[in-house]
Amino acid sequence: MLNSPQRAARKIKNLLPITTIWWREIIRFYRQRSRLFSAIAQPLVFWLLIGSGLSASFQPSGAADGPDYIEYFYPGIVVLVLLFTSIFATISVVNDRREGFLQGVLVAPVPRWRIVFAQALGGTTLALLQGLLLLLFTPMIGIRFGVTSLLLSLGVMALLAFGLTNLGLLIAWRMDSTQGFHAIMNLLLIPIWLLSGAFFPSTGVPGWLAWTMKFNPLTYGLAAFRHSLYLDTTAKAFGEGPPWNLSLLITGLFCVLTYVGATLTASAQTN
Amino acid sequence: MVDTKVSHTITTDSRLSTVSNSRIEVENLSHAYQRRQALDNISFDVSCGEIFGLLGPNGSGKTTLFRILSTLMPVTSGTVRILGHDLATEVKAIRNLLGVVFQHPGLDVKLTVVENLRHHGHLYGLAGRTLSSRISELLECFGVSDRAKERVEILSGGLQRRVEIAKALLHSPRVLLLDEPTSGLDVATRRQLNNYLGMLAQTENILVLLTTHLLDDAEACNRVGILDVGKLVAIGEPNALKNQVGGDVILIESRDNETLGTAITERFGVSIVSTDNQLRIECKRGHEFARNVVAAFPNAIQSVRFGKPTLEDVFVTLTGNPFVERKDTKD
Repeated sequence: MLNSPQRAARKIKNLLPITTIWWREIIRFYRQRSRLFSAIAQPLVFWLLIGSGLSASFQPSGAADGPDYIEYFYPGIVVLVLLFTSIFATISVVNDRREGFLQGVLVAPVPRWRIVFAQALGGTTLALLQGLLLLLFTPMIGIRFGVTSLLLSLGVMALLAFGLTNLGLLIAWRMDSTQGFHAIMNLLLIPIWLLSGAFFPSTGVPGWLAWTMKFNPLTYGLAAFRHSLYLDTTAKAFGEGPPWNLSLLITGLFCVLTYVGATLTASAQTN
Repeated sequence: MVDTKVSHTITTDSRLSTVSNSRIEVENLSHAYQRRQALDNISFDVSCGEIFGLLGPNGSGKTTLFRILSTLMPVTSGTVRILGHDLATEVKAIRNLLGVVFQHPGLDVKLTVVENLRHHGHLYGLAGRTLSSRISELLECFGVSDRAKERVEILSGGLQRRVEIAKALLHSPRVLLLDEPTSGLDVATRRQLNNYLGMLAQTENILVLLTTHLLDDAEACNRVGILDVGKLVAIGEPNALKNQVGGDVILIESRDNETLGTAITERFGVSIVSTDNQLRIECKRGHEFARNVVAAFPNAIQSVRFGKPTLEDVFVTLTGNPFVERKDTKD
């Protein structure tokens, strides 16, 4: 039988590895500022160039008038920043676990699920901070937040970032080389983003594409994000996206499944 | 009557367990990657207070053995007990007892020395004042106190290695495993490290097990196990192993080793091993043999070296192979 101070001490002992791994992710990022720049600059350039360029010719179906392409594209760009930041945060796992820092973590008496959870929290925090920077652009495109809308948007962003980091970890724990990781990034992750409704809505696309988008978990993440952004605005979310509660549910499921997947992968790859 | 019996059993058991509580016991350990046999039925024991060196060229299986002992790879065949715990079933208990220094740098170069150590301490549940005082104690001991707040990336290779070993000792492990600990270090630092490990084993009664492909490092160990293509071909104290070779070692270089080798065998009736463009001959009274052989073939011989056997000679004698890297295998 443990008395309560002992139980508290054990709780702290179990939490310590998680907080320390999380903290390392943050401090590393802070000390490599080029990472901050690269994860946010590229999506911003995409947004401004593609958004402005297509504004003249692209009228999102389902939106009769008003919102132009640069506004339609905006939530997708936020998600792209989340994707880039969280995925880049996981790439170090590839080399680190074979001949680097992670070896020392792996021989420590810390269960794999705690290591993965801490890594995922680290990636989520970084992605969220970058996403927050991007939210500063909302007044420019006419989105007005209430408190609920802002909190909800942040919550959805956190869920998305957590799920995406775990997706990255799931891949990184399996990869032997960073080249392999980049290949997966281009062949899998970018298409997932392209076909999530970030770039174009699913209404009016060929049947097979609409179905692909329907089975893409990020479609629901993006829809949930659009819903929460426009909660206080009269303008409707664009297109016939999936409903709000279904979107949130699937995003939550995506988080759980990717986390379980990443933990299982990490356990299978190490003793 | 019954009582005495019970107490008797307990004494026997506890004596048995104190023995195995201070040992690494490896029995019939084998490991294969797909088709290649990396470790082939290896058995040995190491006790606390001892420095044990696994010597072998690259590709001999020592990294595989190291990864198994450090809990990174599962035991697939055979048994390993570390201080009484079975490696196959009690990984968590074993991880608490181990301090591990990897061949590849395991420090985060973007963190400072202290940050690296604190991170490590947290993983082992150390925190607060206990952790801080343990960190300063070790930094002091390794002579890196003045660099504590600097980022690891600006430290020299030798200093980084010291921090790395300090890190492995932070949670006061009873077993210290080191994979090629002296790689990348200059001779002076290497000697210093070997001395320090010796002191650690003696004063703290820590079990030190290291792998190396450097003969000097192996000489500094209490006992050495020699690995060749996954097999443990010899085990013992460095001097005892060298005495096995017997006599002296003569190394001869010539323009045509094959012809000369045959000629020497015919004339003197000695057995010759041809390695690395050299002829290698073991014999008693080597100084006389060297004189005779030069007198017999003055023109064919380019150089003659005479010496006492080294651990390399032990390796060559036992395996018939030169002590060099095997390029066809991956460790």
